[in-house]
Amino acid sequence: MTRAPINKIIPLSLVDGPGNRTSIFLQGCNLACAYCHNPETQAVCNHCGICVSGCPAGALSIVGNRVTWDSTACIQCDQCINVCPTSASPRVRNMTPEAVFQEVQKNIPFIRGITVSGGECTLYPNFIKELFAIANEHGLTCLIDSNGTTDFSRFPELMALSQGVMLDVKAWDEQTYQKLTKGPTNSVVKKNLQFLSDCNKLEECRIVCVPGEVDAEDVISGISQIIGEKVRKVKLKLIKFRRFGVKGRLQNTPSPDDAYMQELLQLAMDLGFEQAVIV
Amino acid sequence: MNPVLDIITSRKLTYEQKIMSLAHTAEDTVSVLPIPEKTKYYFDSNAIDDLYEGHAPYRPRYIMPDYEKFVKNGSEFLKIEPPQDLDELLNSLMILYKHVPSITGFPVYLGNIDKLIEPFLDVLSDAEAKKKLRLFLNFLDRTITDSFCHANIGPEPTRAGKLILELEKELQNAVPNFTLKYDPDITPDEFAELGIYTSLFCANPALCNHKVHAETYSTDYGISSCYNILPIGGGAYTLSRLTLPGLANVATSTEQFLHQLLPDCLEALGKYMNERVSFLVEQSGFFETSFLVKEGLIHPDNFVGMLGITGLAECTNILMSDHGKRYGHDIEADDLADEIMTIISDFASQFPAKYSKIANGRFMLHAQVGMDYDLGITSGVRIPVGDELENIYDHLRHSARFHREITTGCGDIFPFETTGQNNPSAILDIVKGAFTLGSKYISFYEQNSDLVRITGYLVKRSEMEKYRNEQVVLQGTTHLGAPNYDHNRLQNRKVRGV
Ligand code: SF4
Ligand code: SF4
Repeated sequence: MTRAPINKIIPLSLVDGPGNRTSIFLQGCNLACAYCHNPETQAVCNHCGICVSGCPAGALSIVGNRVTWDSTACIQCDQCINVCPTSASPRVRNMTPEAVFQEVQKNIPFIRGITVSGGECTLYPNFIKELFAIANEHGLTCLIDSNGTTDFSRFPELMALSQGVMLDVKAWDEQTYQKLTKGPTNSVVKKNLQFLSDCNKLEECRIVCVPGEVDAEDVISGISQIIGEKVRKVKLKLIKFRRFGVKGRLQNTPSPDDAYMQELLQLAMDLGFEQAVIV
Repeated sequence: MNPVLDIITSRKLTYEQKIMSLAHTAEDTVSVLPIPEKTKYYFDSNAIDDLYEGHAPYRPRYIMPDYEKFVKNGSEFLKIEPPQDLDELLNSLMILYKHVPSITGFPVYLGNIDKLIEPFLDVLSDAEAKKKLRLFLNFLDRTITDSFCHANIGPEPTRAGKLILELEKELQNAVPNFTLKYDPDITPDEFAELGIYTSLFCANPALCNHKVHAETYSTDYGISSCYNILPIGGGAYTLSRLTLPGLANVATSTEQFLHQLLPDCLEALGKYMNERVSFLVEQSGFFETSFLVKEGLIHPDNFVGMLGITGLAECTNILMSDHGKRYGHDIEADDLADEIMTIISDFASQFPAKYSKIANGRFMLHAQVGMDYDLGITSGVRIPVGDELENIYDHLRHSARFHREITTGCGDIFPFETTGQNNPSAILDIVKGAFTLGSKYISFYEQNSDLVRITGYLVKRSEMEKYRNEQVVLQGTTHLGAPNYDHNRLQNRKVRGV
């Protein structure tokens, strides 16, 4: 049976796509972006046990060789994720698509769809495909929120079940990308931009803006060159970096000022992005 | 001190507010309504309440004139010809509003305002129309100095509706309240989203479940005052309420409450309401003298008596205190609340109400939202502030269940995170879900908004601050809002969103 590590399920999300959606966050990411807001979703727990003794609520225990988490006892103090040496979290449930959907179903008729996010949800393509199949049967639309490192053209069934992809285009220059994300290349991201745009599944592009760290200007013009006239339809979110939750070298970096964000917005507008917004 | 002199020398009341208070004090010096001992007992126990409606009713509590008819015919009494353009329309309405009585001394219902305006817009550009509408809206806000005043929009989208919503966002007025009558089969998403978007800047409009309310009367309905669903061309004679926690406090057991006390108290309340209605209709002379009746803008057949209930939550919690079960949180508590509602509803469906043709000779139920003096009593059937359900969907499912029996107004209020402004379509999805399940009325405001909804009406936080600092403020409802906001800890309302 297909299972995936689920970090959390948020019943009401105003920010993850059009309309009201339930968001499902999968654990584990193949990148380690310097500006990540929830670095504890990056790695999958290796059951080293380090976090167990420090839990003030007794929510963590070792059963067999595995660390288990009691969600009812947990007081969400975040002590465990702060001490974890590998950017993982013990507060993860291994769930089947059916079990996840049981939780989603409670939110009908208040939602129009679901969004899978992460971590990086496309590390579990079969899981999300099965989840989407069930959600579609219940009349829910399905969106993928991704860093674009998985080649979507290789998953035609998944694409057919999905209404679209919200793509996080982190940087345009490859070296900038490598430094920011620790990932090897952004060539797949660019390929995905083309592919998703061609098959009308590019729901939204997103750029987290950190001057000096992210070449946002180049990302904006790069996207517009690849997707051509579709710039008018694709939503572009220019996200103002906020250090909340960030760990590591950017944890004290201030947010860019409004003037900078406005310049980017103006650039996007000039290039034809009618649906560009600063968030 | 002498209450009359207190009013006359008050430093907190405007001239107009003093006149209203003096009139009220004068009315209360007469006692024309026979009140039996038993009814007195329930009054003294704070189980029933006349909501400060006065001791000798001389006008219906809420009046819903047929403004369409007025626009078509003009008024002989007011010497107004049928209006020919927007200026004439707005001016005619401004004149008529001044002559529509109500319990507050101000009109509580201003009409399906977009429908009234729409036919006059053809020849005007948006900018031209907005200039006139801005003046009109500001006139209403500055002269109807009481927030229990309502105008309706929808369910069809109109250019007038759109312009009014845009203006409201800009003007930040507390008066009038707006309700968007919403039916997903009639109202396009775009129009409903504009409504929700606007409400996240100025707490206006609220949304009502048009599909459900359109079935309430044989005539069209309007929303007046603080969420009262009433027939157009009529209104409500009276609203008296059953204060459920007060009654629960004198109960000797749950059984005694359900089978003895509650039916007995309802009977007393029903009779009292009939006395009020009888005096108004038979003795006050209102219906014989008002030009609104003579010119067919209202008709006594279209008036109802509203039987209000409030504090279902605390009542249930009092009765459940031995078991430690809570309204909204425990099945046993909700089942008991449901039983209470069923008894009240059964009473209303069989007790003969006088002069209530449009309601088939019955009183109609209303979720009364509270008074400034209520302490620890939650509006209608709402879950208390601070005890809201974590998940808004659970909260709305609960609402839908308890809105069921209440026909003349019952709703919820949700503050939302500022991010909601970026995605009104998400909030509309929630409204659609809630209305599908039978929830009847819902309103939103943004967490930091100056305009906030108290129990149904709007008040500005900045004005409440002035009032607390003993300054004179324009809106009479600020006097009610400030203590209510404090007593009920409304600043602690659970903010929704992610
Ligand atoms: S969450 Fe981290 S610290 Fe805890 S057991 Fe897993 S890997 Fe170890
Ligand atoms: S957050 Fe982690 S450490 Fe804190 S109570 Fe929950 S499991 Fe324990």
